[in-house]
Amino acid sequence: MTHRIAVSSKVEDARAESLLRNLKTLFPQSALEGASYVQAYTIDAELTTSELQRAAERLTHPVTELSSIEKIPTPVFSYALEVGYLPGVTDNVGRTARETIEDCLGRSLGSAGVYSSYFLFLKGAISETEAQAMARELHNPLIERANVHSTTSDFKITVPRVELHEHTAVDEVNLVVDDAELSRIGKEGIANEDGTRRGPLALSLKQLKVIREYFAKQKRPGRSGNPTDIELESLAQAWSEHCKHTIFADPLDEVKEGIYKRYIKGATEKIRKQKGKKDFCVSVFKDNSGAIAFDEKYLITHKVETHNSPSGLDPFGGSVTAIVGVNRDCLGFGLGAKPIANVYGFCVADPNDTTELFRDIAKTQPLLPARRILEGVIRGINAGGNQSGIPTPLGFIAVDPSYRGKPLVFGGTVGLIPRKKGAKKLYEKKAKPGDYIVMLGGRVGLDGIHGATFSSESLSSGSPATAVQIGDPITQKKLSDALIREARDKRLYSSITDDGAGGLSGSVGEMAGESGGAQVDLEKIPLKYPGLAPWQVWLSESQERMTLAVPKAKWAAFKRICDRHDVEATRIGEFTKSKRVAIRHKGKTIFDISLDFLHDGRPIEQQKSSKPYRDLRNPDMLNRDLRNPDMQKVMLEMLGRPNIGSISFVSQQYDHEVQGTSVTKPLHGKGRVNADAGVIQPVFGSEKGVVLSHGYTPWYSALDTYAMAAAAIDTAVRNAIAAGASRDYLAILDNFCWSSSEKPERLYELKQAAKACYDIATAYGTPFISGKDSMFNDFRGFTVDGKSTHIAALPTLLVSAIGVIPDVTKAMTIDFKRVGDLVYVIGETHDELGASEISGFTKSRYGNVPVVDVKKNAKTYDAVSTAIQKGLIASAIGVGRGGLGIALAKSTVAGQLGAQVDVSKLPGNAKSAEAILFSESQGRLLVSVSRTAQKEFEKVFKGVSFALIGEVVQAASLSITLPDSKVELPLSTLTESYRSFFKQW
Amino acid sequence: MKKPYVIIFSGYGLNTEDETKAVFESVGATADIVHINDLIAKPSLLKKAQIVVMPGGFSYGDDTGSGKAYGNRLKQHLGEAIEEFLKRDTLMIGICNGFQIITNAGLVPGALLTNDSGRYSCRWVDLEVTGESPWLKGIKTLSVPVAHGEGNYYAPPETIAQLKKDGAIALKYTEGETAKHFKTPANPNGALENIAGVTSHNGRVLGLMPHPERAVRFTQLPHWTWHKEEYVRNGKAIPTEGPGLQLFRNAVNYFTSV
Repeated sequence: MTHRIAVSSKVEDARAESLLRNLKTLFPQSALEGASYVQAYTIDAELTTSELQRAAERLTHPVTELSSIEKIPTPVFSYALEVGYLPGVTDNVGRTARETIEDCLGRSLGSAGVYSSYFLFLKGAISETEAQAMARELHNPLIERANVHSTTSDFKITVPRVELHEHTAVDEVNLVVDDAELSRIGKEGIANEDGTRRGPLALSLKQLKVIREYFAKQKRPGRSGNPTDIELESLAQAWSEHCKHTIFADPLDEVKEGIYKRYIKGATEKIRKQKGKKDFCVSVFKDNSGAIAFDEKYLITHKVETHNSPSGLDPFGGSVTAIVGVNRDCLGFGLGAKPIANVYGFCVADPNDTTELFRDIAKTQPLLPARRILEGVIRGINAGGNQSGIPTPLGFIAVDPSYRGKPLVFGGTVGLIPRKKGAKKLYEKKAKPGDYIVMLGGRVGLDGIHGATFSSESLSSGSPATAVQIGDPITQKKLSDALIREARDKRLYSSITDDGAGGLSGSVGEMAGESGGAQVDLEKIPLKYPGLAPWQVWLSESQERMTLAVPKAKWAAFKRICDRHDVEATRIGEFTKSKRVAIRHKGKTIFDISLDFLHDGRPIEQQKSSKPYRDLRNPDMLNRDLRNPDMQKVMLEMLGRPNIGSISFVSQQYDHEVQGTSVTKPLHGKGRVNADAGVIQPVFGSEKGVVLSHGYTPWYSALDTYAMAAAAIDTAVRNAIAAGASRDYLAILDNFCWSSSEKPERLYELKQAAKACYDIATAYGTPFISGKDSMFNDFRGFTVDGKSTHIAALPTLLVSAIGVIPDVTKAMTIDFKRVGDLVYVIGETHDELGASEISGFTKSRYGNVPVVDVKKNAKTYDAVSTAIQKGLIASAIGVGRGGLGIALAKSTVAGQLGAQVDVSKLPGNAKSAEAILFSESQGRLLVSVSRTAQKEFEKVFKGVSFALIGEVVQAASLSITLPDSKVELPLSTLTESYRSFFKQW
Repeated sequence: MKKPYVIIFSGYGLNTEDETKAVFESVGATADIVHINDLIAKPSLLKKAQIVVMPGGFSYGDDTGSGKAYGNRLKQHLGEAIEEFLKRDTLMIGICNGFQIITNAGLVPGALLTNDSGRYSCRWVDLEVTGESPWLKGIKTLSVPVAHGEGNYYAPPETIAQLKKDGAIALKYTEGETAKHFKTPANPNGALENIAGVTSHNGRVLGLMPHPERAVRFTQLPHWTWHKEEYVRNGKAIPTEGPGLQLFRNAVNYFTSV
């Protein structure tokens, strides 16, 4: 028997109001008048009437809500929309309802399902077509179902029970086939009996031949020389670009050791050597996060990840997973670091872009509209970050049409971990032979199967829907509490890692490398529902799981802690020293591969790049486009662009105060302007702070990826300096998001960018401590006219900086503070308008791309750090996207104070008004200084290019004198323009 | 004088236990973070406590309604133990999700609805003290952050009338120093009569949406870099404390001062 409990509000319901507002905005022509919301819980179990009543009581707030058993209470309505999840999709509300019911009944509901859904009753004379259109807006068909009910509906119950009739045996895969079939296995996957394919393995012909040869040589009693499906799927996952970073690892042209080893790791090695005793790196490039010293007691870790392809399909679920997933990179550092800050970044198309695109030629699989992608990814970090109790001090939105096919969703997590507990170093770990393999946290379902191989491919109609996982932050928070609050410091486990890409196959494979082998009993792995094939269990990317190595003697104590925290812990096997990973299933060995082959059997590919042809027209083109513009108008329009304007609506919906560590907020000054750096004070009682900043300049990739990467690093460093950091205690992280990486031209661009990483990082002495890449951010599909189209994301490098400062009271904000303060531009302003924000504005990217002068900039940054430490600066902002004009506007709006400046004589070669205001020359800061500090301030800047350009004034306007003209803009107008783009969000 | 002992509840997604413990310890209490399941297994643990904190967080992800699932669990398994605890001369505070939990458990009246904006909001607010409570002794106004999606206080008219009669409306959102500085509306969530916090048990139990534990240092203020210039330019030392600290001091003093 299936039951349903419906809960409705008896007071004004903001959920209904907010959905109504959204629908009214989206359907301004409709006669929609009102909406009411009913939450429903479907219970697929035998319950007595009295049990149902008790359950309903528990699910209803007596003061504000009403419940109804079996029947859906219907207000006056024209149509009702019902939205619920598809079978197997993570349903957090359903899970909590289940726990509530079990708790009040005092008994388990066993394998019976409890599912949540909601009804939205719409009032007003709307048509069925409109109701259908509204239903489409309210759900994502990849994860949810929506039913439209008319007034005559009987509101029949839908039970999203998972019913798998799949083939659950282990199959051998015949690799003794011709090259064409072998290639097909690689591209489309293993063939099922009915001829369908299981989804891409992303294995090349060369790799498949190596695999064929390996298994042919194995002498396995009773077995042919072919791998089983679980073996082949597991190898595909282990060798995927996503896991092995093959493009960064394999030789590229003359770089035999690969660009990662030479340019990224190589930079860090050189810097660490140079720093000698001042080296602050502790654990870099070898664990789930990178770690630097915080003080003598603690380390700070950082890791930034992307979750792009799934976020394109299900923006909400993808972005929740992005953030809770990277939280596990923190929990999985050493023996577990406590997550203390999240950062985010969304690279998306203009949300107002309404171009329709389809994944298939029949146009049955539309891409979600740009607006819904942005809304969804914002909501995802909200749910993931807020529910986990981790503050979000920093983030950004970057807009470019090239992100229309696949958004880039960056999620990063900073962690804190004591160096030692007793004599044991907490930042080191090693699984030992004999330790139990323990799976902790959630259970295994079909979620995210082929995730690792999928993200190594571009988004197209073959992209599997099961590639989408939805995070469950509370299950993970419970897991985190059990580990960080108790088990870690009692030293109850010897190693831990995250179940991320490839699920158990990845984590157990990796940890088997520590001990020397692993033996797994597959049927011990707890499942969400029956019917999964062994290869699916092994590769599933169901979230909120971590794998631990627990010594046998510690198991009982470990299990007790998990039970108290209501966290599921299961022994699924043992670490060994057999030098093999072996899996048993129903008494048979279904998987047996040597560690050597699993980890290092992948054939190395020699990659070749070639220099792309570029149509670099005369830089004067741009200036011609901009001849005699109305600079006042341009300033305001620039402020209203999404790459520059306020995203305060995002900053304010992400908790940045939790944990009580906030020092400078995401929004600075009276005018609440988004900053590009944030400072936290992670240890109660210590004055030390951690500065976090970001740098990204993907637009420059259209002209020169070396310049792009150089500027991204320079920007991250500059933003950190402006917030109070100094170069001598600053580390950086790299996140490459490339596209079309199979093309030699793109590889050339990649090599150039990697080379820039080396050059700039070593010049600044800022080591890379961790990084990640995502190489195929491409969309291949169809336009509304049925034409095939390819959208390749701009080659994008996100640089995240993390530094330690001795005293948080020296942290700096961007807002002008007091009338009379002097305003300085530090650094040189050159005519570098190529691919600048203003050039995007005129749809012309030509011009000189900003070039980073590391020698000059290093001097500039050191002087700024010194001046901040001496207390000589009242405000500082890195001059970034939009140039000096925008930096001036931001400090003015943030301080809600006017400024009067003359920028007609700046150091550098910028001469035209547009170059002076909007050139994006690197290495510049705009600072304000109290008059009493002027002398000492200027002394610090001896030998550095700077200009005193004016002062902060009482008059509420920004007045800028240019060579032949003047810009005069009221503060209120500036503020309004700055807040305009996302005003309705 | 013996230090008062504080029990801070944890588990199922509560998440502000660490900072709350640190603040209590900084003002002279001893504090333990205790999982609700440990208290259910051994309710007598509460007998040692003078102060019980239901801290902020996101218990059960706000699924089925904020504070509902945890509140139910508390009421069902620890209702009597909490009643016993409150029979003694003790203090209890529910902060944010903790407030939502203790309303659901029936320890303070009212309910917390979804913010009128329909969205989670994290920012600073100003509060005026409008009721009597040991927690609020000597405080007239204070500025602290809120961070919640369901902080819109509601109670039926008869409850509001009773609360007023009892002087149990303890805190109201008001247009104070930070609201004026940032030009933000006083009421962040549409709360009825601007109610930010209420009390029961003669003020000994305080439930409030804002987070005093996140406002205990000067450098936690949202505009401290602006204020700092005033101090520096006048040759004065920068303050170290934030406005929320007094609440915790008051709680400790309740047991330690004669």
